[in-house]
Amino acid sequence: MNSELNAGDPTGPLENRWTKHRFDMALVNPANRKKYQIIVVGTGLAGGSAAATLGEMGYQVKSFCFQDSPRRAHSIAAQGGINAAKNYQNDGDSVWRLFYDTIKGGDFRSRESNTYRLAEISVNIIDQAVAQGVPFAREYSGLLANRSFGGAQVSRTFYARGQTGQQLLLGAYQALNRQIAAGTVTMFPRTEMLELIMIDGRARGIVTRNLVDGNIESHTADCVVLCTGGYGNAYYLSTNAKGCNTSAAWRAHRHGAYFANPCFTQIHPTCIPQSGTYQSKLTLMSESLRNDGRVWAPNASADQACNAADIREEERDYFLERRYPAFGNLVPRDIASRAAKEVCDEGRGVGPEVNGKRLGVYLDFSEAIDRLGESAIRERYGNLFEMYERITGESPYKTPMRIYPAIHYAMGGLWVDYNLMTSIDGLFATGECNFSDHGANRLGASALMQGLADGYFIVPYSVGNYLARHEAQKIADDHVAVTDAVENVRNRIEQLLNAPDAKHPPEYFHRKVGQILWDHCSMTRDPADLRAALKQIPPIREQFWREVKVTGSGEAFNQTLERAGRIADFLELAELMCLDALDRDESCGSHARTDHVTEEGEAKRDDENYSYVAAWEFSGDASTPTLHKEQLRFEFVHPSVRSYK
Amino acid sequence: MNLILNIWRQPNCDSEGEFEVFKVSDVSPDMSFLEMLDVLNEDLISDDQEPVAFDYDCREGICGACSLVINGSPHGPQKATTTCQLYMREFSDGEEVWIEPWRVGAFPVVRDLVVDRSAYDRILQAGGFVSVRTGAAPDGNTIPVSKDLADRAFTSATCIGCGACAAACPSASASLFVAAKISHLGLLPQGQTERNSRVRMMLAQMDNEGFGHCSNHAECQSACPKEIDIGRIARMNRDLSRSFIRRT
Repeated sequence: MNSELNAGDPTGPLENRWTKHRFDMALVNPANRKKYQIIVVGTGLAGGSAAATLGEMGYQVKSFCFQDSPRRAHSIAAQGGINAAKNYQNDGDSVWRLFYDTIKGGDFRSRESNTYRLAEISVNIIDQAVAQGVPFAREYSGLLANRSFGGAQVSRTFYARGQTGQQLLLGAYQALNRQIAAGTVTMFPRTEMLELIMIDGRARGIVTRNLVDGNIESHTADCVVLCTGGYGNAYYLSTNAKGCNTSAAWRAHRHGAYFANPCFTQIHPTCIPQSGTYQSKLTLMSESLRNDGRVWAPNASADQACNAADIREEERDYFLERRYPAFGNLVPRDIASRAAKEVCDEGRGVGPEVNGKRLGVYLDFSEAIDRLGESAIRERYGNLFEMYERITGESPYKTPMRIYPAIHYAMGGLWVDYNLMTSIDGLFATGECNFSDHGANRLGASALMQGLADGYFIVPYSVGNYLARHEAQKIADDHVAVTDAVENVRNRIEQLLNAPDAKHPPEYFHRKVGQILWDHCSMTRDPADLRAALKQIPPIREQFWREVKVTGSGEAFNQTLERAGRIADFLELAELMCLDALDRDESCGSHARTDHVTEEGEAKRDDENYSYVAAWEFSGDASTPTLHKEQLRFEFVHPSVRSYK
Repeated sequence: MNLILNIWRQPNCDSEGEFEVFKVSDVSPDMSFLEMLDVLNEDLISDDQEPVAFDYDCREGICGACSLVINGSPHGPQKATTTCQLYMREFSDGEEVWIEPWRVGAFPVVRDLVVDRSAYDRILQAGGFVSVRTGAAPDGNTIPVSKDLADRAFTSATCIGCGACAAACPSASASLFVAAKISHLGLLPQGQTERNSRVRMMLAQMDNEGFGHCSNHAECQSACPKEIDIGRIARMNRDLSRSFIRRT
């Protein structure tokens, strides 16, 4: 156990903190900004908006993404919407209420100062996006429309049909394009960060691989901003894009950036279940489906393989309605997910058998169709039903949908202070890549808000504050730290290409470790299982380096090599996730520990002992990291216990 | 089911390419087309061969990365579908399938089925934006937009930049792609100030990149996975003419 961490957040009244802090921050004279170089890795909402804004301020920015275009970052896939405390609907919303809902939704495991700032900035994001031409939904009056989302009691979610992430990302991408054209941002697509360059204790650059020709290059700068997204793909199957990875964050972690709350991952209850072992990803279906669909599974295991239509009403178990009569099918994500998993673990799951298990429960619209008519249901969910039918070949109008929970978002990430700087001097982390605002569970429609708040409105100031305290300084290409970092990258690639007993494609190992994480480190955690997982993971890692098989060359376009490098990092992160889950001897947010549930099976938090952020420091050995704690202090809200009975 | 795949192989943009034949067996109808290729690739790696390179990322039809010409059609036989959302139940046992990259001069082949679509990025850099400084925006509700206009702008803004329109066009024109952005921004009040320069600069860049011109074959709208229609091209052409007559 090590010294307590300090976030460096301001004191005083919550609503004045960000204003006061902005005034206290140092500024870089506009004429001097062009002397500074900034590296921004990732072009999602956080990275695209940060690079565009920093470029516009006059800094020299280099922006990197592994995709062929910055527009493809995974923010593009977010469906639901973005929260903002505009109170346009006059339903009693306010910055305080959004702040409170966010911190309560996170089960009181996030910082008051950061969360308040997020709520405060939320209103500016909407203005910015509207001015860029983001086509938000409108009312007939021409004013912006809102909807209620994720159990909120106010309508504060702005949306663009089911493609809000796409439209906001295109807004940020357009702002980025404008700066690329202006020459303030240099864009490096199909370029992956593989190493961080550290000089005199500061982050001073990155080593990249050009994914087209395999060229290894170094890029140096006055500071580095990581906006590289979340690590949900550690589980192999998730709703993340296939390319989402933890490598940039993990390279930073290995150089001293603390990784915070790695076990905090979010599970989405309504995904389309796996159909076979070849499955490459899981597809999310909007949670709004639970408004009209009834969740059930057969009472008896014997009925698992029957057609839904052949299971009589009295043989069906509407388990959410039975267990949570007040909220029924609309219980929060984690409760719905856990209940579905329990039912399937009891051997009552439905759908195709994969690896000896049927992992799915029914989401049945027949009653809603009888009550409201098929056309009303088509009006509400037509596009979702069509998407479901396209993937499964079954029509939800005729037979119940099958759903199963899937990993969707990572609340954990690189530890950052109030300035979004990691524990490495000059290394910033924004968006899903950091751990900052969502505690142990993220509220619906808050991921887009955080990415853009960080990128447009926080990091441009805090980076300036950092640079103002350091003279702009060029690093020579032959600096020993640069050449060493390049050499490390080359060696690692050689190792991946030349495993001594090459046998299995990289995915073989990814599936193995993913299954362990899903079984033992997802929504329900048992200490004995976590200990077992911790024994299983290191041997897989060793086997990986001995037996991974990557064909082709390092000096050409080689997707197998790209994936192998990312999987190698997931194999280390997986162990840290289990260590963190074991350390957190309480249930909280989206996770229940089997040894900390009430008699009714509800999660029990332990505020006395676990009201902290667990920030892990790499010790040189992935199995023995050092834990640092940032104690969370609640001056303005009082941690309460939720109940959905 | 069993399939015969004819897949375009090309080591890089400077070399010649050719079709290579693969036989795949035990393909499940519930697999996506890309998952079928994943399985083939894992088998190739196990067999010490180099896997087939193809672009993919989100696998839910929104990122625009996937880009295969399947049996002569960009994104395959199913309407309004990206390759990643195409499932093997659309094919039949024993079928012979031809898989090629986008065939567009302005999209050089990177490897096998992967092409370089940065020309699309450069067209948007030429003017596909509203010049607004971060923090300089007025309150969102001070810019009312009628619902009808907002919906039409949204429909144009759903373009995923995949390149299927140019791949389907006999003249390899990027007109539908350019027109979608011109319409998205040109319909909204926020986009009016730069409307004239935007259409001229983006079209000039389209020419510079080596794309052809629209010749009214309408293949683009049939191939577009987001069903963006060629009415946008008419609108773009009108905007171009208008830009020579009106100042704003």
